[in-house]
Amino acid sequence: MKHHLLALALLSGLAAPAAAQAPAATAPPPEIVKAIAEVASSDGAVQEAAAVALGKTGDRKVLPLLEALREGSVAVRTLSDGKKETIIVGDKVTEGAKTLVPVFTAYGREPVRGPDGKPLLADVSTLEEVSAGRSLRLAIRPLIDAFSGGAQLAHPDWTVRKGAATKMGNTGDPAALPGLAEALAKERDRWVRHELEQAMALIRLKTGTDAERAAAAATLGSLASADALDRLREVAADTAAPAAVRHAAADAAKRVERWALLTSAIQVAFQGLSLGSILLLMALGLAIVFGLMGVINMAHGELMALGAYATFVTQGWFQAHAPGAFDYYFVVALPLAFVVAAAAGFALERGVIRFLYGRPLETLLLTWGVSLIIQQGLRLWFGAANVDVLAPKWLSGGVPVMVGVQLPFNRLFIVGLAIVAVAAMYLLLFRTDAGLRIRAVTQNRGMAACLGVRSRRVDAFTFALGAGLAGLAGCALTQIGNVGPELGQNYIVDSFMVVVTGGVGKLAGTIVAAAGIGGLNKIIEPGLGAVFGKVAILVLVIVFIQRRPSGLFAAKGRYADS
Amino acid sequence: MRTREGWALAILAVAVVVVLPALNALPNGSPLHVSDFTLNLFGKFLTYAILALGIDLIWGYAGVLSLGHGVFFGLGAYAMGMHLMLEIGTQGVYRNVLPDFMVWNQVTELPLFWKPFYSPVFTLLAVLAVPGIVAAVFGFLTFRSRIRGVYFSIITQALALCAWLTFNRNAMNLGGTNGLSGFKTIFGFSLNDAATQRGLYVASAVCLCLAFLLCRWIVRSPAGKVLVAIRDSETRVLFCGYSPAAFKLFVFTVSAVLAGVAGSLYVGQVGIITPARIGVLPSIEMIIWVAVGGRGTLLGPVVGAVGVNWLQSLLTTHYPDLWILVLGGMFVTVVLFFPDGVVGTIQKMSGRFRRVRADFKFDQTGGERPPDSSTEGGYAPLVLPRPQTPPPPRGPGS
Repeated sequence: MKHHLLALALLSGLAAPAAAQAPAATAPPPEIVKAIAEVASSDGAVQEAAAVALGKTGDRKVLPLLEALREGSVAVRTLSDGKKETIIVGDKVTEGAKTLVPVFTAYGREPVRGPDGKPLLADVSTLEEVSAGRSLRLAIRPLIDAFSGGAQLAHPDWTVRKGAATKMGNTGDPAALPGLAEALAKERDRWVRHELEQAMALIRLKTGTDAERAAAAATLGSLASADALDRLREVAADTAAPAAVRHAAADAAKRVERWALLTSAIQVAFQGLSLGSILLLMALGLAIVFGLMGVINMAHGELMALGAYATFVTQGWFQAHAPGAFDYYFVVALPLAFVVAAAAGFALERGVIRFLYGRPLETLLLTWGVSLIIQQGLRLWFGAANVDVLAPKWLSGGVPVMVGVQLPFNRLFIVGLAIVAVAAMYLLLFRTDAGLRIRAVTQNRGMAACLGVRSRRVDAFTFALGAGLAGLAGCALTQIGNVGPELGQNYIVDSFMVVVTGGVGKLAGTIVAAAGIGGLNKIIEPGLGAVFGKVAILVLVIVFIQRRPSGLFAAKGRYADS
Repeated sequence: MRTREGWALAILAVAVVVVLPALNALPNGSPLHVSDFTLNLFGKFLTYAILALGIDLIWGYAGVLSLGHGVFFGLGAYAMGMHLMLEIGTQGVYRNVLPDFMVWNQVTELPLFWKPFYSPVFTLLAVLAVPGIVAAVFGFLTFRSRIRGVYFSIITQALALCAWLTFNRNAMNLGGTNGLSGFKTIFGFSLNDAATQRGLYVASAVCLCLAFLLCRWIVRSPAGKVLVAIRDSETRVLFCGYSPAAFKLFVFTVSAVLAGVAGSLYVGQVGIITPARIGVLPSIEMIIWVAVGGRGTLLGPVVGAVGVNWLQSLLTTHYPDLWILVLGGMFVTVVLFFPDGVVGTIQKMSGRFRRVRADFKFDQTGGERPPDSSTEGGYAPLVLPRPQTPPPPRGPGS
């Protein structure tokens, strides 16, 4: 019901300018006039034939009549000269004892004006309602769909056009073919063209002549459309179909399958890359702090949660104070999440962790305690339930790169963010004085201090930096997962695994480990399922650590065994 | 001194093993009556204390922080739970020989690994052997390749996560998320009977005493000294010709077996075991019991396990939101301000007090200084200093 109204609204919007320009020039062609008259017939078969004839014309101005027929708001009025006219009636108005309805023309649904120029209201008792039986309503349904499909094929948004093409292809109604061909001739977008061609081929495969069917199967094969695979298989197995068609379908199915293998490999690779990027974002800060201070920060996950909640709060502020700029809230949230988490990290380091240097196990327990406090604090403040963080428009949807592969923007964004974060870390560590000091303290704290590096200050700075990276990761995670107080817990052990596998204080180790664990996870997952896949990864890491107890890129030299 | 503390411990043991259950057996109206609920609660705490003793052995003495002891506790508990499940027989909801959750999951035949658990003897052996073997294999792999410190902790945490994920799966035929529950009898005695529960309490208390004596024997043996030496400087122990890996493996296995025993006693008294008891969070919570009580002492973990859990059961009934904050705060304060825990701090203070008194006497009599009792005999010698890393040198101007 709702979408009929929508379609009506849409169509009246479309028809309005035309009516305004030339109100008199809307005389319908004679065959439509005849059909409009016949639709009001009391004979169901005549009605149906007339409705189909109306649908076949493809004239958009008959759509309101078809819609009205389905809703039962078509009537016949008798004109003053005794002639009968089919009209569409509007919503009822009660005026005294009489029930009045506004009258619209059957063609184009324009208000019929009375002698005084005002829209005409007719007494219901003077009108003769046209009844629409079940079979008529059923016959009208695809006609209306064809019209709305046609409207959507001209929509400015390419995803809507693409969706309409897919839908029309799935209905398999040959009536849609001319519309599709017309749209195809006009279409510029590659992906919509692909969808249009696929829809046409699907329809032809279902309803065309044998030669058309074989050609359509071949087209579908060359289009590599995974959507058509089931239909192709059906046709290939259909013993009633001619051999040529069956062979063509079987060949096409094979091509599609080969292509699907390729696309699924690419999908897995991208998912692995995306998971690896997430792990990398999370593990980066952890690894730097671990390398520098030998401290595993168990509160890292909660610092991520802080970043995520900072994003949530920013979003709320934008909704309340600047709804117009809502799409840009994320641009503000990203640095804010960094700052919030970095401030928390700085406070943590200055407040407690600095008293525990050289006691890594105690620090581990302490940071766990801190993580519990932050977690519970978030729970008390924001509630235990997950909060909603809406994606900005430019992060929803995706970009199709090849047939059957669409890369979501939010994942691409995370991959990009991870690359930027690593590049920034690299520049910071290897191209700045601060980075030089960090590396010096990482390698040999005592010696660095002797040479005048303020190691305590480096510690605090680095810890804040690591925490800030956690905040950034938390902000990015809002775009792909739930935001709740337990956000950190879900990922923390994975990021520990990355750090442990990567080795201490080596950027390259962390990158390789993150990519390796992320990729492996996605490769194993389809075979073993998500849970056992994860278990398998953990077991692999434990076994790997056997071979290389201090990670992929172990520190060498004296300080390696302190 | 040794005998005085020994007597104190013996009295405490008698109080826990005999007096509390005896008070429970008193008629209901009696002013000294201990309710079934309280006794059951303390029985649970005592199983935790056994577990904490095991953790103290590996962490407090050998300096190896395991964040995966929930797994060993869970293995013991599941082993016992499986037997109790099978004891239900056809009295379950579905009147089937199979446990209810299997009927629910449409398992038609008892999985092979469940079958031996019909035998009580096998079950009791499995309670000891399964955690022991798992710990031995895991410990062998990790200690052999000299994984230690933070790395070991993280790896054991991964073990806990693995176990939690695995036990949660219905495909494992271990009850999935709901775990094992609905037990009716234990070795033929009804679990609903107050007398059975009292028996389980006494069993827990006796096991705790035995575990205490075992740990005491271990830490006072020469091997115990080596453990402490490993904690303080593993490399030096290695260079002295000992194999730290072998000692650590031994004590890790003993500790896992203690955890398994604790788990088996736990399941009978609490009546349910779920994966939630063996995951990352419970595993690390066990550490705080030991830390609060005082690691490196044997009384500490017992005091810590009972004290912290008592506090938890008090707080969670009245202020459920507060408990996590208190727990987190406990981690922070204990690590920062009371690294020796309650028992360790008291021992240190009493040692200092004794020394001051001895000095005072020495000054008065001018005689020979009596031997410092805080470094000899009793528990005090077991409080060895943690490795002190020299404070990092400060840069100029800081």
